[in-house]
Amino acid sequence: MHLEVFAEGNSFLHKLDPRIKILVLLLFAIFCAISQNLLIPFIYLLLSIFLVWLAKLHFKTLLNRIIGANFFIFFIWIFIPISYQKNPYIDLGIIKLSWEGVKYALSITLKCNAIILATIALLATSSIFSIAHAMSHLKVPDKLVMIFFLFYRYISVIHEEYIKIKRAVLARGFKSGTNLHTYKTYAYIVGALLIKSFQRSTEIYRAMLARGFNGIFPLYEHFELKKIDFLFGIILSIIVILIYFL
Amino acid sequence: MHISEGVLSPSILLGGAVVTLIGLAIGLKNLKEDKLPEVAILSSTFFVASLIHIPIGPSSAHLILNGLVGILLGWVAFLAIFLGLLLQAILFQFGGITTLGINTLNMAFPSVIMWYFFKNFVSKINNIIFIFIVGFLSGFLSVIFSAILVSLSLYFTQKSFFALIITLMSIHIPIAIIEGLITGFILVYLKKVKPEVLL
Repeated sequence: MHLEVFAEGNSFLHKLDPRIKILVLLLFAIFCAISQNLLIPFIYLLLSIFLVWLAKLHFKTLLNRIIGANFFIFFIWIFIPISYQKNPYIDLGIIKLSWEGVKYALSITLKCNAIILATIALLATSSIFSIAHAMSHLKVPDKLVMIFFLFYRYISVIHEEYIKIKRAVLARGFKSGTNLHTYKTYAYIVGALLIKSFQRSTEIYRAMLARGFNGIFPLYEHFELKKIDFLFGIILSIIVILIYFL
Repeated sequence: MHISEGVLSPSILLGGAVVTLIGLAIGLKNLKEDKLPEVAILSSTFFVASLIHIPIGPSSAHLILNGLVGILLGWVAFLAIFLGLLLQAILFQFGGITTLGINTLNMAFPSVIMWYFFKNFVSKINNIIFIFIVGFLSGFLSVIFSAILVSLSLYFTQKSFFALIITLMSIHIPIAIIEGLITGFILVYLKKVKPEVLL
Protein backbone atom coordinates (compact mmCIF):
# COMPACT_ATOMS: atom_id res chain seq x y z
CA MET A 1 0.00 0.00 0.00
CA HIS A 2 1.38 3.36 -0.97
CA LEU A 3 0.11 5.75 1.69
CA GLU A 4 2.61 8.51 2.27
CA VAL A 5 2.28 10.05 -1.18
CA PHE A 6 3.39 13.52 -0.21
CA ALA A 7 6.19 12.51 2.15
CA GLU A 8 8.65 11.81 -0.65
CA GLY A 9 10.26 15.01 -1.71
CA ASN A 10 13.23 17.15 -1.20
CA SER A 11 11.79 20.60 -0.67
CA PHE A 12 12.50 23.05 2.12
CA LEU A 13 9.36 21.92 3.95
CA HIS A 14 10.27 18.23 3.69
CA LYS A 15 13.55 18.92 5.48
CA LEU A 16 12.13 20.98 8.35
CA ASP A 17 11.97 19.57 11.85
CA PRO A 18 8.60 17.78 12.22
CA ARG A 19 8.19 19.11 15.77
CA ILE A 20 8.16 22.68 14.47
CA LYS A 21 5.82 21.71 11.65
CA ILE A 22 3.33 20.09 14.03
CA LEU A 23 3.28 23.09 16.36
CA VAL A 24 2.91 25.60 13.53
CA LEU A 25 0.15 23.54 11.92
CA LEU A 26 -1.79 23.33 15.20
CA LEU A 27 -1.57 27.11 15.56
CA PHE A 28 -2.62 27.63 11.95
CA ALA A 29 -5.53 25.17 12.16
CA ILE A 30 -6.90 26.59 15.40
CA PHE A 31 -6.73 30.24 14.36
CA CYS A 32 -8.13 29.46 10.93
CA ALA A 33 -10.98 27.36 12.36
CA ILE A 34 -12.10 30.12 14.72
CA SER A 35 -11.75 32.95 12.18
CA GLN A 36 -14.89 34.55 10.83
CA ASN A 37 -16.27 36.27 7.71
CA LEU A 38 -14.60 35.91 4.35
CA LEU A 39 -11.47 38.05 4.26
CA ILE A 40 -9.45 36.38 7.03
CA PRO A 41 -10.14 32.79 5.89
CA PHE A 42 -9.22 33.93 2.37
CA ILE A 43 -5.85 35.24 3.54
CA TYR A 44 -5.26 31.97 5.41
CA LEU A 45 -6.04 30.15 2.17
CA LEU A 46 -3.45 32.27 0.32
CA LEU A 47 -0.90 31.50 3.02
CA SER A 48 -1.61 27.77 2.78
CA ILE A 49 -1.33 27.88 -1.03
CA PHE A 50 2.06 29.52 -0.56
CA LEU A 51 3.08 26.71 1.82
CA VAL A 52 1.97 24.03 -0.62
CA TRP A 53 3.93 25.82 -3.34
CA LEU A 54 6.99 25.72 -1.08
CA ALA A 55 6.56 21.96 -0.69
CA LYS A 56 6.69 21.43 -4.49
CA LEU A 57 4.16 18.60 -4.59
CA HIS A 58 2.83 16.72 -7.56
CA PHE A 59 -0.02 18.89 -8.82
CA LYS A 60 -2.41 16.23 -10.09
CA THR A 61 -2.19 14.12 -6.93
CA LEU A 62 -2.73 17.26 -4.91
CA LEU A 63 -5.79 18.24 -6.92
CA ASN A 64 -7.34 14.77 -6.57
CA ARG A 65 -6.74 14.90 -2.86
CA ILE A 66 -8.40 18.29 -2.48
CA ILE A 67 -11.44 17.25 -4.49
CA GLY A 68 -11.84 14.14 -2.32
CA ALA A 69 -11.53 16.11 0.88
CA ASN A 70 -14.23 18.56 -0.24
CA PHE A 71 -16.94 15.90 -0.29
CA PHE A 72 -18.53 17.21 2.91
CA ILE A 73 -18.29 20.80 1.67
CA PHE A 74 -20.20 19.74 -1.43
CA PHE A 75 -23.13 18.71 0.81
CA ILE A 76 -23.02 22.05 2.56
CA TRP A 77 -23.26 23.90 -0.75
CA ILE A 78 -26.35 21.86 -1.68
CA PHE A 79 -28.22 22.63 1.52
CA ILE A 80 -27.07 25.83 3.16
CA PRO A 81 -27.83 28.48 0.50
CA ILE A 82 -31.41 27.17 0.28
CA SER A 83 -32.12 26.61 3.93
CA TYR A 84 -30.26 29.44 5.65
CA GLN A 85 -32.77 31.47 7.60
CA LYS A 86 -31.61 34.97 6.89
CA ASN A 87 -32.44 37.63 4.37
CA PRO A 88 -31.75 39.05 1.86
CA TYR A 89 -32.70 36.44 -0.69
CA ILE A 90 -31.54 36.08 -4.24
CA ASP A 91 -34.62 35.12 -6.22
CA LEU A 92 -33.95 32.51 -8.89
CA GLY A 93 -37.52 31.76 -9.92
CA ILE A 94 -38.29 28.42 -8.27
CA ILE A 95 -35.79 28.60 -5.41
CA LYS A 96 -34.68 31.44 -3.23
CA LEU A 97 -31.06 31.57 -2.21
CA SER A 98 -30.06 33.28 0.97
CA TRP A 99 -27.15 35.63 0.35
CA GLU A 100 -26.03 35.18 3.95
CA GLY A 101 -26.16 31.41 3.39
CA VAL A 102 -23.93 31.64 0.32
CA LYS A 103 -21.47 33.74 2.32
CA TYR A 104 -21.55 31.22 5.16
CA ALA A 105 -20.92 28.27 2.82
CA LEU A 106 -18.11 30.20 1.14
CA SER A 107 -16.50 30.95 4.48
CA ILE A 108 -16.60 27.26 5.43
CA THR A 109 -15.12 26.30 2.06
CA LEU A 110 -12.26 28.77 2.43
CA LYS A 111 -11.44 27.67 5.98
CA CYS A 112 -11.68 23.98 5.19
CA ASN A 113 -9.39 24.19 2.18
CA ALA A 114 -6.91 26.46 3.94
CA ILE A 115 -6.50 23.93 6.76
CA ILE A 116 -6.40 20.97 4.35
CA LEU A 117 -3.65 22.59 2.27
CA ALA A 118 -1.68 23.54 5.37
CA THR A 119 -2.00 19.96 6.64
CA ILE A 120 -0.69 18.63 3.34
CA ALA A 121 2.18 21.13 3.30
CA LEU A 122 3.21 20.72 6.93
CA LEU A 123 2.21 17.22 8.07
CA ALA A 124 1.94 15.09 4.95
CA THR A 125 5.48 16.12 3.98
CA SER A 126 6.89 14.14 6.92
CA SER A 127 6.85 10.36 7.17
CA ILE A 128 4.40 8.95 9.71
CA PHE A 129 7.29 7.53 11.70
CA SER A 130 8.96 10.89 12.09
CA ILE A 131 5.60 12.42 13.08
CA ALA A 132 5.15 9.73 15.74
CA HIS A 133 8.71 10.37 16.85
CA ALA A 134 8.01 14.10 17.05
CA MET A 135 4.83 13.38 19.03
CA SER A 136 6.87 11.60 21.68
CA HIS A 137 9.19 14.63 21.90
CA LEU A 138 6.11 16.84 22.27
CA LYS A 139 5.12 14.95 25.43
CA VAL A 140 2.35 12.81 23.95
CA PRO A 141 2.07 9.78 26.33
CA ASP A 142 4.55 7.01 25.48
CA LYS A 143 1.89 4.30 25.32
CA LEU A 144 -0.08 6.25 22.72
CA VAL A 145 2.99 6.89 20.58
CA MET A 146 3.99 3.24 20.79
CA ILE A 147 0.57 2.08 19.68
CA PHE A 148 0.72 4.63 16.85
CA PHE A 149 4.07 3.21 15.69
CA LEU A 150 2.84 -0.38 15.67
CA PHE A 151 -0.58 0.58 14.31
CA TYR A 152 0.92 2.27 11.28
CA ARG A 153 3.61 -0.34 10.81
CA TYR A 154 1.06 -3.17 10.55
CA ILE A 155 -1.54 -1.51 8.32
CA SER A 156 0.27 -2.53 5.15
CA VAL A 157 0.82 -6.06 6.52
CA ILE A 158 -2.87 -6.51 7.34
CA HIS A 159 -3.84 -4.94 4.03
CA GLU A 160 -1.72 -7.48 2.19
CA GLU A 161 -3.45 -10.18 4.19
CA TYR A 162 -6.80 -8.73 3.08
CA ILE A 163 -5.74 -8.66 -0.58
CA LYS A 164 -4.75 -12.33 -0.33
CA ILE A 165 -8.08 -13.40 1.16
CA LYS A 166 -9.97 -11.26 -1.34
CA ARG A 167 -8.07 -12.88 -4.19
CA ALA A 168 -8.91 -16.34 -2.86
CA VAL A 169 -12.58 -15.37 -2.57
CA LEU A 170 -12.65 -13.99 -6.11
CA ALA A 171 -10.93 -17.10 -7.44
CA ARG A 172 -13.86 -19.09 -6.07
CA GLY A 173 -16.27 -17.04 -8.17
CA PHE A 174 -17.47 -14.50 -5.61
CA LYS A 175 -19.43 -11.58 -7.06
CA SER A 176 -20.35 -8.76 -4.74
CA GLY A 177 -23.85 -7.34 -4.81
CA THR A 178 -26.59 -6.14 -2.50
CA ASN A 179 -27.39 -9.45 -0.85
CA LEU A 180 -26.92 -11.32 2.38
CA HIS A 181 -24.31 -13.62 0.89
CA THR A 182 -22.05 -10.65 0.06
CA TYR A 183 -22.37 -9.22 3.56
CA LYS A 184 -21.68 -12.59 5.12
CA THR A 185 -18.60 -13.04 2.94
CA TYR A 186 -17.20 -9.63 3.84
CA ALA A 187 -17.96 -10.25 7.51
CA TYR A 188 -16.08 -13.55 7.43
CA ILE A 189 -13.16 -11.85 5.67
CA VAL A 190 -12.98 -9.25 8.45
CA GLY A 191 -13.42 -12.00 11.05
CA ALA A 192 -10.51 -13.93 9.56
CA LEU A 193 -8.39 -10.77 9.55
CA LEU A 194 -9.22 -10.19 13.21
CA ILE A 195 -8.23 -13.70 14.22
CA LYS A 196 -4.97 -13.46 12.30
CA SER A 197 -4.37 -10.12 14.02
CA PHE A 198 -4.86 -11.59 17.48
CA GLN A 199 -2.36 -14.32 16.68
CA ARG A 200 0.09 -11.89 15.10
CA SER A 201 -0.05 -9.55 18.06
CA THR A 202 0.84 -12.38 20.44
CA GLU A 203 3.83 -13.19 18.25
CA ILE A 204 4.87 -9.55 18.12
CA TYR A 205 4.65 -9.21 21.88
CA ARG A 206 6.76 -12.33 22.37
CA ALA A 207 9.33 -11.00 19.91
CA MET A 208 9.39 -7.69 21.78
CA LEU A 209 9.89 -9.46 25.11
CA ALA A 210 12.64 -11.58 23.59
CA ARG A 211 14.41 -8.37 22.64
CA GLY A 212 14.18 -7.05 26.18
CA PHE A 213 11.07 -4.87 25.95
CA ASN A 214 10.47 -3.18 29.29
CA GLY A 215 7.71 -0.73 28.46
CA ILE A 216 9.89 1.85 26.77
CA PHE A 217 10.26 2.22 23.04
CA PRO A 218 13.81 3.48 22.55
CA LEU A 219 14.41 6.17 19.95
CA TYR A 220 17.65 5.75 18.09
CA GLU A 221 17.40 8.82 15.94
CA HIS A 222 17.20 12.30 17.36
CA PHE A 223 16.04 15.51 15.86
CA GLU A 224 18.31 18.48 15.75
CA LEU A 225 16.76 21.93 15.86
CA LYS A 226 18.57 24.14 13.39
CA LYS A 227 18.41 27.92 13.15
CA ILE A 228 16.31 27.70 10.02
CA ASP A 229 13.72 25.55 11.86
CA PHE A 230 13.45 28.11 14.64
CA LEU A 231 13.23 30.99 12.21
CA PHE A 232 10.54 29.30 10.13
CA GLY A 233 8.52 28.42 13.22
CA ILE A 234 8.64 31.90 14.70
CA ILE A 235 7.99 33.82 11.48
CA LEU A 236 5.08 31.61 10.41
CA SER A 237 3.53 31.70 13.89
CA ILE A 238 3.69 35.50 13.92
CA ILE A 239 2.11 35.67 10.46
CA VAL A 240 -0.68 33.29 11.49
CA ILE A 241 -1.50 35.32 14.60
CA LEU A 242 -1.26 38.67 12.78
CA ILE A 243 -3.70 37.52 10.09
CA TYR A 244 -6.23 36.63 12.76
CA PHE A 245 -6.13 40.08 14.32
CA LEU A 246 -6.19 41.85 10.96
CA MET B 1 -19.13 10.40 8.61
CA HIS B 2 -16.29 12.76 9.40
CA ILE B 3 -17.03 16.41 9.75
CA SER B 4 -14.54 18.50 7.79
CA GLU B 5 -12.38 21.34 8.97
CA GLY B 6 -13.88 24.79 9.26
CA VAL B 7 -17.51 23.70 9.63
CA LEU B 8 -18.15 23.51 13.36
CA SER B 9 -18.20 26.31 15.89
CA PRO B 10 -15.19 26.77 18.21
CA SER B 11 -17.18 25.77 21.30
CA ILE B 12 -18.22 22.43 19.76
CA LEU B 13 -14.64 21.78 18.62
CA LEU B 14 -13.30 22.58 22.08
CA GLY B 15 -15.95 20.52 23.87
CA GLY B 16 -15.26 17.53 21.61
CA ALA B 17 -11.52 17.83 22.17
CA VAL B 18 -11.91 17.95 25.95
CA VAL B 19 -14.21 14.91 26.14
CA THR B 20 -11.98 12.97 23.75
CA LEU B 21 -8.94 13.77 25.90
CA ILE B 22 -10.78 12.36 28.90
CA GLY B 23 -11.78 9.27 26.90
CA LEU B 24 -8.18 8.79 25.75
CA ALA B 25 -6.92 9.15 29.32
CA ILE B 26 -9.39 6.50 30.56
CA GLY B 27 -8.43 4.26 27.63
CA LEU B 28 -4.70 4.62 28.38
CA LYS B 29 -5.27 3.96 32.06
CA ASN B 30 -7.26 0.78 31.32
CA LEU B 31 -4.59 -0.47 28.94
CA LYS B 32 -1.99 -2.81 30.37
CA GLU B 33 1.45 -2.98 28.84
CA ASP B 34 1.11 -6.54 27.57
CA LYS B 35 -1.97 -5.51 25.59
CA LEU B 36 -0.20 -2.73 23.64
CA PRO B 37 0.62 -4.80 20.54
CA GLU B 38 -2.85 -6.34 20.49
CA VAL B 39 -4.58 -2.96 20.58
CA ALA B 40 -2.23 -1.60 17.92
CA ILE B 41 -2.70 -4.50 15.51
CA LEU B 42 -6.48 -4.54 16.06
CA SER B 43 -6.49 -0.83 15.26
CA SER B 44 -4.61 -1.57 12.04
CA THR B 45 -7.19 -4.22 11.19
CA PHE B 46 -10.07 -1.84 11.80
CA PHE B 47 -8.29 0.75 9.67
CA VAL B 48 -7.97 -1.75 6.81
CA ALA B 49 -11.62 -2.81 7.32
CA SER B 50 -12.67 0.83 7.00
CA LEU B 51 -11.13 0.83 3.51
CA ILE B 52 -13.42 -2.02 2.41
CA HIS B 53 -16.37 -0.84 0.38
CA ILE B 54 -19.60 -2.77 0.75
CA PRO B 55 -22.20 -2.50 -2.02
CA ILE B 56 -25.60 -1.01 -1.12
CA GLY B 57 -27.85 -0.94 -4.15
CA PRO B 58 -26.22 1.20 -6.84
CA SER B 59 -23.84 2.84 -4.38
CA SER B 60 -21.41 1.60 -1.75
CA ALA B 61 -20.36 2.47 1.77
CA HIS B 62 -17.19 1.81 3.69
CA LEU B 63 -17.29 -0.19 6.88
CA ILE B 64 -17.23 1.69 10.19
CA LEU B 65 -17.46 -1.17 12.70
CA ASN B 66 -17.38 1.13 15.73
CA GLY B 67 -19.81 -1.20 17.51
CA LEU B 68 -17.40 -4.11 17.12
CA VAL B 69 -14.45 -1.91 18.15
CA GLY B 70 -16.35 -1.14 21.34
CA ILE B 71 -17.19 -4.76 22.11
CA LEU B 72 -13.58 -5.87 21.58
CA LEU B 73 -11.81 -2.92 23.21
CA GLY B 74 -14.13 -1.11 25.66
CA TRP B 75 -12.77 2.32 26.63
CA VAL B 76 -9.63 1.59 24.62
CA ALA B 77 -11.87 2.11 21.57
CA PHE B 78 -11.11 5.81 22.04
CA LEU B 79 -7.44 5.09 21.29
CA ALA B 80 -8.12 2.94 18.24
CA ILE B 81 -10.56 5.40 16.72
CA PHE B 82 -8.45 8.45 17.58
CA LEU B 83 -5.39 6.95 15.88
CA GLY B 84 -7.40 5.88 12.84
CA LEU B 85 -8.82 9.37 12.42
CA LEU B 86 -5.43 10.99 13.05
CA LEU B 87 -3.90 8.87 10.33
CA GLN B 88 -6.75 9.63 7.92
CA ALA B 89 -6.31 13.34 8.59
CA ILE B 90 -2.58 13.18 7.87
CA LEU B 91 -2.67 10.80 4.91
CA PHE B 92 -5.98 11.43 3.18
CA GLN B 93 -7.18 14.73 4.68
CA PHE B 94 -10.52 13.17 5.64
CA GLY B 95 -11.89 14.77 8.76
CA GLY B 96 -9.12 16.98 10.03
CA ILE B 97 -6.86 18.18 12.78
CA THR B 98 -9.18 20.64 14.53
CA THR B 99 -12.12 18.23 14.20
CA LEU B 100 -10.14 15.27 15.53
CA GLY B 101 -11.61 15.66 19.01
CA ILE B 102 -15.27 15.91 18.07
CA ASN B 103 -15.01 13.25 15.33
CA THR B 104 -13.37 10.81 17.75
CA LEU B 105 -16.03 11.53 20.34
CA ASN B 106 -18.86 11.04 17.84
CA MET B 107 -17.58 7.61 16.84
CA ALA B 108 -15.94 6.29 20.00
CA PHE B 109 -18.58 7.27 22.53
CA PRO B 110 -21.19 4.94 20.94
CA SER B 111 -18.53 2.20 20.94
CA VAL B 112 -18.07 2.52 24.68
CA ILE B 113 -21.85 2.51 25.20
CA MET B 114 -22.11 -0.70 23.14
CA TRP B 115 -19.44 -2.23 25.37
CA TYR B 116 -21.49 -1.47 28.48
CA PHE B 117 -24.70 -2.72 26.82
CA PHE B 118 -23.55 -5.92 25.17
CA LYS B 119 -20.14 -7.06 26.41
CA ASN B 120 -21.61 -9.36 29.06
CA PHE B 121 -24.05 -10.95 26.63
CA VAL B 122 -21.34 -11.52 24.04
CA SER B 123 -19.00 -13.27 26.45
CA LYS B 124 -21.67 -15.41 28.14
CA ILE B 125 -24.13 -16.39 25.41
CA ASN B 126 -23.21 -19.31 23.18
CA ASN B 127 -26.37 -19.53 21.11
CA ILE B 128 -25.41 -18.46 17.57
CA ILE B 129 -28.74 -16.77 16.83
CA PHE B 130 -28.58 -14.68 20.00
CA ILE B 131 -25.00 -13.71 19.22
CA PHE B 132 -26.07 -12.61 15.76
CA ILE B 133 -28.88 -10.49 17.21
CA VAL B 134 -26.58 -8.87 19.77
CA GLY B 135 -24.03 -8.20 17.01
CA PHE B 136 -26.71 -6.72 14.77
CA LEU B 137 -27.92 -4.43 17.54
CA SER B 138 -24.43 -3.24 18.46
CA GLY B 139 -23.55 -2.51 14.82
CA PHE B 140 -26.89 -0.88 14.07
CA LEU B 141 -27.21 1.18 17.25
CA SER B 142 -23.62 2.43 17.26
CA VAL B 143 -23.95 3.83 13.73
CA ILE B 144 -27.32 5.43 14.50
CA PHE B 145 -25.94 6.85 17.73
CA SER B 146 -22.91 8.23 15.89
CA ALA B 147 -25.15 9.81 13.26
CA ILE B 148 -27.19 11.44 16.03
CA LEU B 149 -24.04 12.84 17.64
CA VAL B 150 -22.82 14.17 14.28
CA SER B 151 -26.25 15.75 13.75
CA LEU B 152 -26.17 17.37 17.19
CA SER B 153 -22.69 18.79 16.59
CA LEU B 154 -23.93 20.31 13.33
CA TYR B 155 -27.20 21.52 14.81
CA PHE B 156 -25.56 23.31 17.74
CA THR B 157 -23.19 25.01 15.33
CA GLN B 158 -25.84 26.33 12.98
CA LYS B 159 -29.60 25.77 13.10
CA SER B 160 -29.79 26.07 9.29
CA PHE B 161 -28.01 22.72 8.97
CA PHE B 162 -31.38 21.08 9.59
CA ALA B 163 -32.05 19.90 6.01
CA LEU B 164 -28.50 18.60 5.79
CA ILE B 165 -28.98 16.74 9.09
CA ILE B 166 -32.18 15.06 7.90
CA THR B 167 -30.39 13.89 4.75
CA LEU B 168 -27.40 12.63 6.75
CA MET B 169 -29.64 10.70 9.10
CA SER B 170 -31.59 9.08 6.29
CA ILE B 171 -28.38 8.06 4.49
CA HIS B 172 -27.19 6.43 7.70
CA ILE B 173 -30.22 4.18 8.16
CA PRO B 174 -29.30 1.73 5.35
CA ILE B 175 -25.63 1.99 6.41
CA ALA B 176 -26.61 1.10 9.97
CA ILE B 177 -28.57 -1.96 8.79
CA ILE B 178 -25.60 -3.22 6.76
CA GLU B 179 -23.23 -2.51 9.65
CA GLY B 180 -25.59 -4.46 11.90
CA LEU B 181 -25.67 -7.47 9.57
CA ILE B 182 -21.91 -7.48 9.13
CA THR B 183 -21.17 -7.01 12.83
CA GLY B 184 -23.61 -9.85 13.58
CA PHE B 185 -21.88 -12.20 11.13
CA ILE B 186 -18.43 -11.22 12.43
CA LEU B 187 -19.42 -12.03 16.01
CA VAL B 188 -20.87 -15.36 14.89
CA TYR B 189 -17.62 -16.12 13.07
CA LEU B 190 -15.47 -15.17 16.05
CA LYS B 191 -17.66 -17.20 18.39
CA LYS B 192 -17.36 -20.27 16.17
CA VAL B 193 -13.67 -20.03 15.35
CA LYS B 194 -12.00 -18.42 18.36
CA PRO B 195 -14.50 -17.76 21.15
CA GLU B 196 -11.79 -16.77 23.67
CA VAL B 197 -11.30 -13.39 21.95
CA LEU B 198 -14.83 -12.44 23.02
CA LEU B 199 -14.28 -13.18 26.70
